[in-house]
Amino acid sequence: MKTPLRTWSYRTAVFLSLAFVVAPLVAVVWVSVFSNKVISFPPLGYTFHWYVNAWELVDFREGFWLSFQVAIAATFLGLLVGVPASLALARANFPGKAVINTLLLSPMMVPAIVAGSGVYIYFIQIELLSGIQLVATLPGLIIAHVVIVIPWVVRLVTTSLLSANENIEEAAQNLGATPLTTFWRITLPIARPGLVAGGLFSFIVSFTDLEKSLFLVGPGRTTLPIAILNYLEWNLDPTVAAVATVQIFIIGFALIVSDRYVKLSNAF
Amino acid sequence: MSYIEFNNVTKYYSQTRAVDRFNLSMDKGEMVALLGPSGCGKTTTLRMLAGFISVSEGRITLDDRDITHMPAHQRNIGMVFQGYALFPHMTVAKNVAFGLEMQRMSKSDIDRRVKEALSRVRLGDFAERMPRQLSGGQQQRVALARAMAINPDVLLLDEPLSALDARLRHEVRAEIRQLQRELNLTTLIVTHDQDEALSMADRLVVMSKGCIEQVGTPAQLYEEPANRFVAEFMGKTNLLEGTRVDGAGFRTHSGIMLRTGQSAGQDASCLSFRPERAHIAPADAAEDPSLNSLSATIRLFTYLGPVVECHLSLPDGQPLMVMLPNTSNAAYTAFTEGTPVKVRWSPDDSRLLS
Repeated sequence: MKTPLRTWSYRTAVFLSLAFVVAPLVAVVWVSVFSNKVISFPPLGYTFHWYVNAWELVDFREGFWLSFQVAIAATFLGLLVGVPASLALARANFPGKAVINTLLLSPMMVPAIVAGSGVYIYFIQIELLSGIQLVATLPGLIIAHVVIVIPWVVRLVTTSLLSANENIEEAAQNLGATPLTTFWRITLPIARPGLVAGGLFSFIVSFTDLEKSLFLVGPGRTTLPIAILNYLEWNLDPTVAAVATVQIFIIGFALIVSDRYVKLSNAF
Repeated sequence: MSYIEFNNVTKYYSQTRAVDRFNLSMDKGEMVALLGPSGCGKTTTLRMLAGFISVSEGRITLDDRDITHMPAHQRNIGMVFQGYALFPHMTVAKNVAFGLEMQRMSKSDIDRRVKEALSRVRLGDFAERMPRQLSGGQQQRVALARAMAINPDVLLLDEPLSALDARLRHEVRAEIRQLQRELNLTTLIVTHDQDEALSMADRLVVMSKGCIEQVGTPAQLYEEPANRFVAEFMGKTNLLEGTRVDGAGFRTHSGIMLRTGQSAGQDASCLSFRPERAHIAPADAAEDPSLNSLSATIRLFTYLGPVVECHLSLPDGQPLMVMLPNTSNAAYTAFTEGTPVKVRWSPDDSRLLS
């Protein structure tokens, strides 16, 4: 059967774009097992030495651990703040609703480096006024990351809630359900796809954040992306590729899981 | 005491009155329609009965119990929502079972009642489907089954047919009416569609700007509208502005004398007659002293099948309409557009309105 030219050119375009996106990731994974001392082609042999090396480097191990802690905490707090906000935005009507919606989504629109310096200046001012140090502390870092994750939580949870009929909670109460039962049996299950996707995305954006954290980490307290950046300043061996590979698999896994719950194309 | 009593029920939103001193008594098994243009307060009234909107003033009693401030989930009032509001994450059977589970009924009783409710709306084979797999009409029937499964004291229908296409609407209308009669369910339906209200309800409540304009049977509202608003809202009508003159006379602004069969209504400012009660005669036809008559010019015929609408205009430009039955002799074909004619109707079919 003859396939028309149009279909072929369409497929080629799709394939090329995909290859363009995926190729760097494949290259990173590939390079991470080269035995070359400096990242270069062709491979002289294959080894898992760089993974061992990465694990043995304190900066990476601690960076990974700090990033993980921050991401978990930011995700948890982001859900704690974002879910009630989403409920209000999706179900209630109040003056200034559109403004609040925009404000909650705005951290996504500001360039991270600008937002990072903003938070930095803000933290310094707080310290000057109250004496409470936030810069270069774990709470300070977590607070900044909560701000990054809130738009994701709000957007995804609100989308889930809005996908259902606006009277759905009333329908449950009309059938005899108390407000609490309504929340557990109706609202929460409906919001679940957004909660899971919002949580996973929060984790990912926090875990991979570089620009905002740059201003807020302190000596001996760096996140994984910053540890990678620091390492690259003085070294060019495939250790960085090994670290990045681990990161790619964690994030890829999170994305696949979240895609099962909510199609992201519906949210934006 | 009636089954449901609305006693001066009022709803304020800051300064505006959404519903103003609403009074209505409903008997058990009666079906009442709240009818009016959007923003007239009919939905607010329905939602106050359901318990979703708090009552600012007045009292609502159901079977002699005061339910004015009772939380919605304790009222045992079944409701079919606009857009149905089915639970999207539950099967059809689970949707119908939800209300029964809330009553802590045993599993076997629930299964039996769900089966019963679904077969009543002819959806027995769809129990395990998800709502999104059903057509609009089927979803509507699930919503109905869900609301009726709990054996509600009252059934509320909020624009239940608005999402269905015209054909299906007629079918579901008859079906709802039949179920409602079979189960002797006291029902309040909100609609902006007067056909829907006329064909389903025992009594209608016409509302405008938060107030009741008139309450009555479909025939009362259509034949004896209390005022101009009701006359215009219930079907099509011709309105002539003018003043009442002694007894049963009426003079239009352009000075034409008309007669009515009605002696009441002192402050009448217009005369209404229905398009289907009038007919047209050639301009040179002999005067018939027993009929009212107006000279007019035919502007347009609209062929509707069972009837033909004849649009006319009076010498001062005011439009009139006459509905001609599409009988076998096709009388309307004798007239052409642009012809001057006489519009005639009986004084008994004239109604004076304030």
